[in-house]
Amino acid sequence: MLDFSILTNNFDSFLEGLKITIISSLIALLSSFILGTLIAVMRIAPVKLLNWLGSVYIEFIRNIPVLVIVFFTYLSGNFGGMTAGTIGLTIYTAAFIAEAIRAGIMSVPKGQMEAARSTGLSYGQAMRMVILPQAIKIVIPPLGNQFINLVKNSSLLAVVAGGDLMYQGDLISAKTYITFDTYVFVALFYLILTIPLSLGVGFLEKRMAKSN
Amino acid sequence: MEFLAPFIEVYTLDNLKFLLEGFAVTLKVAAISIVLSFIIGSLIGTLRYARIPVVSKLLALIVETIRNLPLLLIIFFTYFALPEIGIEMEITSAAIAALTVFESAMISEIIRSGLNSIEKGQVEAGRASGLNYIQTLRYIILPQALRRMVPPLVSQFISLLKDTSLAVVIALPDLLHNGQIIYAQKGSYVIPVFVMVALMYFIVNYTLSLVARRLELKQT
Repeated sequence: MLDFSILTNNFDSFLEGLKITIISSLIALLSSFILGTLIAVMRIAPVKLLNWLGSVYIEFIRNIPVLVIVFFTYLSGNFGGMTAGTIGLTIYTAAFIAEAIRAGIMSVPKGQMEAARSTGLSYGQAMRMVILPQAIKIVIPPLGNQFINLVKNSSLLAVVAGGDLMYQGDLISAKTYITFDTYVFVALFYLILTIPLSLGVGFLEKRMAKSN
Repeated sequence: MEFLAPFIEVYTLDNLKFLLEGFAVTLKVAAISIVLSFIIGSLIGTLRYARIPVVSKLLALIVETIRNLPLLLIIFFTYFALPEIGIEMEITSAAIAALTVFESAMISEIIRSGLNSIEKGQVEAGRASGLNYIQTLRYIILPQALRRMVPPLVSQFISLLKDTSLAVVIALPDLLHNGQIIYAQKGSYVIPVFVMVALMYFIVNYTLSLVARRLELKQT
């Protein structure tokens, strides 16, 4: 049977970890969304050099482990664990979000860009006011998936002493010498976050499939 | 040129050999895990597809739980928590076991959605022509579904190769671990080591992703 005294005695630590996991994931989601949108627009902009730079970012980052990036941001800068971890997660996730957004933009019919340009909007304006708002709708379910991945990947903060849920779990198990039960509680806390998100994304995907 | 000095200092033949040795461990652990995960994942995916009353529901619960947990937690759990209930493994086995548990859940979903993508009418047609359910799956559904599954399976292998790096937390002597040993010698080694480690991962994974893309194009 699980030793619930571990949960009750260390409830504040668990909550603190949960808080940092949520904050780090949210900040990383928001900033990788901004960075990812920028890279996606670079990928499809009518400037060869920008296309190339965007592709290099996406291909390079997607093909290396997120832990390598997190260690690198931690060791090469003067950041604390949480900041370094969140920056690392942002750099990594932005590459995936950029691909999702690019696919979304590509799914908007080409005629829309031409129509917007012919009404006198510049390329940037047409992108911002006509194409992107339509693309975002298609991008929401994959963004949801990336958010779930972010919550799970934020556990890497533990490796750079970032204070997240996994890190607090490690501290508690080192203090109580009861690793098994501690990790089961850590797992339950993660599931409280990820299961509703998974169900939500599944629901959105089904609804999108129907509306098409 | 000052900037280049640590690069020249780090990229000695010995260090490169040491990193490659680590990469060999990464590749070995990833290869064993992908084979095991493919076998277990196929089994789970097919059992879920077949909608066997209690079994399918139970497997769905297990798969969803694992898919919603961080891999790092599963690795820690396998190596540090399981010994408390008498299951003790050395580092490499623990890494392979943890990766296999996680990736089997991922692969079972690829298999299941691949199977689901074949129209239900084909099962009925197979059954109507006198094949039993297992035969229908084996000769009609699986061969078609497998072809569709190949690109996502290659992508999953890329994920697995990247995920193997998490086993440094239990000191698996893989590429990242050996990199850590080198940069621990001197602060200025950090950047050159990370550049080389990232390049090694990139070359292998990028090649695989090109293969996946080509396979995808071939199908459409």
